[in-house]
Amino acid sequence: MLLDAKDLGYRELNERIKAAEGDCRVVGCCGQRFIAAGLREKTVAIDGIPGNALGAYLDGAKIVTSANAQDAVGDTMNDGSIIVHGNIGDAAGYAMRGGRIFVKGNAGYRAGIHMKEYHDKVPVMIIGGSAGSFLGEYQAGGVIVVLGLGGKPRSGRIVGNFPCTGMHGGKLFLRSCEGAEKVVFPPNLLVRRAEESDLDCVRAELEEYCKVFGYDLGEVLRPGFMVVTPGSHDPYKQMYVAN
Amino acid sequence: MSIEGQVRIPSGCAIAAVISKEGRRMSGAKIVESMKPMHDRSNGLGGGFAAYGIYPAYRDYYALHMFFDDRAARKNCEVFLKERFEIVGSEIMPTRKIPAITDEPVIWRYFVDPLKSVLASLQVDEKEFVARTVMEINTRMHGAYVFSSGKNMGAFKAVGFPEDVGVFYRLDEYEGYCWTAHGRYPTNTPGWWGGAHPFTLLDCSVVHNGEISSYDANRRFIEMFGYKCTLQTDTEVITYIMDYLLRVQKLTLREAASVIAAPFWSTIEAVEDEREREKLKFLRTAFPSLLITGPFSIVFGYDGGLMALNDRLKLRSMVAGEKDDCVFIASEEAAIRVMEPDAENIYAPAGGEPVIVEVKEGAY
Repeated sequence: MLLDAKDLGYRELNERIKAAEGDCRVVGCCGQRFIAAGLREKTVAIDGIPGNALGAYLDGAKIVTSANAQDAVGDTMNDGSIIVHGNIGDAAGYAMRGGRIFVKGNAGYRAGIHMKEYHDKVPVMIIGGSAGSFLGEYQAGGVIVVLGLGGKPRSGRIVGNFPCTGMHGGKLFLRSCEGAEKVVFPPNLLVRRAEESDLDCVRAELEEYCKVFGYDLGEVLRPGFMVVTPGSHDPYKQMYVAN
Repeated sequence: MSIEGQVRIPSGCAIAAVISKEGRRMSGAKIVESMKPMHDRSNGLGGGFAAYGIYPAYRDYYALHMFFDDRAARKNCEVFLKERFEIVGSEIMPTRKIPAITDEPVIWRYFVDPLKSVLASLQVDEKEFVARTVMEINTRMHGAYVFSSGKNMGAFKAVGFPEDVGVFYRLDEYEGYCWTAHGRYPTNTPGWWGGAHPFTLLDCSVVHNGEISSYDANRRFIEMFGYKCTLQTDTEVITYIMDYLLRVQKLTLREAASVIAAPFWSTIEAVEDEREREKLKFLRTAFPSLLITGPFSIVFGYDGGLMALNDRLKLRSMVAGEKDDCVFIASEEAAIRVMEPDAENIYAPAGGEPVIVEVKEGAY
């Protein structure tokens, strides 16, 4: 079903998406917020620029957006997938605890802040280009991957300052490409070369990512990855009280 | 009712800006339109615009835009102005009556030239004299408030949503080479026209999305140099800091950006170029009280250019894009797309990374 978002407020647009039978395509989108928030099924394709909190609380639906997305993509999402063919703004995947976010381009600041996991709910975010500062801040679970495809980033590094600050769970993978060697991590983290087996937790997603955006999986995997995890199971106990 | 200055006002907000590097003058219609997709970032308690290049016929005169409580306040203020300036133009601000904008004060504009005899007796330059006069009116003259005081530029602001404020002030009838815009979301305020953005002094204007936590430290420092923060809003203090760093201390824009959004010491230490590293160290050490902490994204407008800047932690969103001779800045990409659907090179500047756009020499 085709929905023209022109002159529609976010509330009305979302009501129409919900009411639509089956999949829908939104055209002329310009800044409407909360698109597909909490949606459980169907695929929503978007042309134009969706507003903040695209797919917030997403619960199983699939969102495909053809250009850039703004801030807080997939805020607190639980399940489903969000595929962005451009860049994403700040704080993508804020506190997500399930589902997939695939970004072809770059991520802004604080991507994956407070990501978490619970038993079989393990969120995965794959960023095709580079990521801004505070990537994976306070990460408590889930997997973040930065591929550094698409040329040398503006800053010369594929991740900005202070990545993984406050990390206490989950994993961050950085593809070993130009601009990866200059990324500086704070203390209390374990940064090492990823073994084949390390990548098992994200191999299926990488395969899908390459299929969606037309990359060759072998080429993407060839240079190998660095993997970052918390240094211990309770890395910050010294910061508060001895217990 | 308490007016602003008696109540502290935190704010959320939306900003947008467009500038033509060729100095091509554009109607205000587009920038007003750009605020519509960001409607929910404001709450109707303030909207405003700054426009550069709009008064070419009066380009050599200071354009004073003023709010008055009533006719008596205006008459009283005019007596004061006549003692200090030659008033070459004086008129009521043209506005449209619309239901969305109510309770307007008396809004007037004057085109003025400082009296040479007064300048000579005070032994100050023209800009300093105008700045002092603005401070004096805004702090001492009851019922009168100067909200714009630059040459060939003007601020237009009100209580209301920005898209309505633009219609109210008939901005579609002005043409400028640079426009900045603001939609305000104060959360605890009586709301007053003077408290809307942009905040201006001389040709400097600031629109600001954020809530700075260093307000008092900054205010205490800047008030030592004759500035008076009358409204308790953080944007006002940013305006005065920029005026002080650029006009008084004669820093470059980039240096001023390194003062207010100074990099962390660890980031400075990692700078490879020694000269650059020493410079950053010096600026942080020389002006520690002008470091602005807490979230902000601002567009700073001035005669012939603009600078967009985020706080060093980038706690507010801001994107930039361009098309032909124009550069666009906004809190959200959607706003840029409204102004120019085919905008290119859309990117989000890093925290503390100034985006400076200047109009080519002689074109404004």
